[in-house]
Amino acid sequence: MTNIAKAYIAGAYEHPTRKAPDKSVAQLQAECAVGALADSGLSRDDVDGYFCASDEVGLGPLNMIDYLNLRVRHIDGTDMGGASYLAHVAHAAQAIAAGKCNVALITLAGRPRSEGHSGTMPRAAVANSPDAPWEAPFLPATVNMYAMCAMRHMYEFGTTSEQLAWIKVAASRHAQHNPNAMLREVVTVAEVLASPVVSDPLHRLDCCVVSDGGGALLVVRPEIARSLKRPLVKVLGAGESMKGQMGGDIDLTYSGARWSGPVAFAEAGVTPADIKYASLYDSFTITVLMQIEDLGFCAKGDGGKFVADGNLISGVGKLPFNTDGGGLCSNHPGNRGGMTKIIEAVRQLRGEAHPAVQVPNCDLALAHATGRLLGSRHGSATLILERE
Amino acid sequence: MAERKFAAAPVNPESAPFYKAAAENRFLTRKCTACARLHWYPRAICPFCWGTTEWQEIERTGRIYSYSVMRRGDPPFAIAYVTLDAGPAMLTNLVDCDLDSLRIGQRVTLVWKATDGAPVPCFTPL
Repeated sequence: MTNIAKAYIAGAYEHPTRKAPDKSVAQLQAECAVGALADSGLSRDDVDGYFCASDEVGLGPLNMIDYLNLRVRHIDGTDMGGASYLAHVAHAAQAIAAGKCNVALITLAGRPRSEGHSGTMPRAAVANSPDAPWEAPFLPATVNMYAMCAMRHMYEFGTTSEQLAWIKVAASRHAQHNPNAMLREVVTVAEVLASPVVSDPLHRLDCCVVSDGGGALLVVRPEIARSLKRPLVKVLGAGESMKGQMGGDIDLTYSGARWSGPVAFAEAGVTPADIKYASLYDSFTITVLMQIEDLGFCAKGDGGKFVADGNLISGVGKLPFNTDGGGLCSNHPGNRGGMTKIIEAVRQLRGEAHPAVQVPNCDLALAHATGRLLGSRHGSATLILERE
Repeated sequence: MAERKFAAAPVNPESAPFYKAAAENRFLTRKCTACARLHWYPRAICPFCWGTTEWQEIERTGRIYSYSVMRRGDPPFAIAYVTLDAGPAMLTNLVDCDLDSLRIGQRVTLVWKATDGAPVPCFTPL
C-alpha cells in the first residue's frame, strides 16, 4: 500500500436511542460527542476541529460549536445529505495532513421519528433551489425517487423483487443480534414481498426505518492515535462525487459510486476483492444493490444475482454487509445513514461487532453512502478503512 | 377517489418565461446558441458547454424512461421521467390513465394540468 497514513478514527459512538421525544437535536449531538470522547480516551479540550452537516441545527457548525462551547481552528459544514459524514472523515484527514487540526469531532443527530418525517412525504421545495420550478409540482418524495431507479434496473437487467428482498433478509439476520435495533425480527423473502407496496416496485420492507438518534466520530493525527489505548483504524482511502440529471441525459441505472469508488480504491491501493466487510447505504434495498455494482463488487446488472441467497449475510456469504442491521432494520438517525455506516465499519475493524456477526480477521473495510435522492441528484462518498 | 389538485410551480426569473408560455399552451425548453443542444431543466447557461441559451418551442411527445406509482399518495399518482422526442428527459407526472397499465417505453404526449398559477407539464399515454 502506497499511501501515507493521514489520520485515524480514534473514537466512535452511536446513540442507543431510536426515539427521543424528550430531547433536543443539539442535546443528542452533544451526547454523541461525549460518547465518542469517552470511547477514544480524549478530552473535550483536545478537540480543535468540528464537522457537521448544514441543515441539522440552524447554521450547522456555528450553532453546534456555540452549544458545545468549543474553541476550534478548523470548521467544515459540508452537506451531502446522508453521505456527509463519510466526506467529513475524508476532509478531516485532509485537514489533519495539512496541519489545520489534530482532533476532529464529527457529529450527527436528528429526530424524524418524533417530528413525524417520513420518506413518503413530498420533499419541501427549498427557496432558490434551481430545480424546484421543474420538480416541486410532481411530488418527488424520497421513496418514489429511489423506486424509479429500481423500476429501470428491473427493466434493463431483469432484476427482481425477490433479489431485492434478500438485502432486507440479510439485514434482519444481522439485526436480531443488535439489542438497540428498531426491527429485530428475522424476515423472509416471502414476508418482504407480502408487505404492502409503498411506491412501485418497492415494498414497505424494502424501505429503511425512520429513527431518532445520532452518532459521533473522532478523527485524529497518527501520533495521537498511537498514544491512545484503542485499536488503530486508519483512513486508507476516500472518494466523493455528485451525480445529477446531467442536463437531461438521465441514466438511473448507476450511482455516483461509479466515480467515488475508484478514487477511494486507488488511494488505498486495494481492490474490491480485498474488502472483508462493507457498510453500504441502505435507505432502500435498491440503494445497496446499485452501490454493490458501482463499487465493483460485481458487474453492472449482476447485482440481483450477487445479493441473492444470503451472499450479504455475515458467516454465510462472500460480502458481509451492515452487520448492525443497517438502516433497513437498526437505525437511520436524522434520515442520514452515513454516520452509522462508518461506526459499524469501525466496530468490525476493532473486532467489537457482535460475536454472531463479527467478520474473522477483519482488517480491511469499506463504507459507502448515497446522500439525498438517487433518482435526481445525490452525493456519493466512499471510505476505505484499515486496522493496523 | 379525490381528484388530484396540482400545486403551481415556484417560479423565479429564470423559469418565469416557461410558465408564461405554458399559460399560452406553448411547450418550451432552452437551446444553446453555441453547441446547439437542447437541455432540461431549462437554464440560462448551457449545462453541456456553458454557452448562452435561448427559448425554443419543442415537440410534445416522448417515451416513459421510468416511473413509479406512489401507492401511499392521496390519491395515488405516477411520478416519471419522460425522454422527450426533442432529446432530454424530464421529471413529470403521468396522468389521465390507468396507473396499473403504465410501462417503460410507452409513448406519451403532453397534458397541461391546471393549478392556482400557471399550468404544469404532465404526460399521458398515446
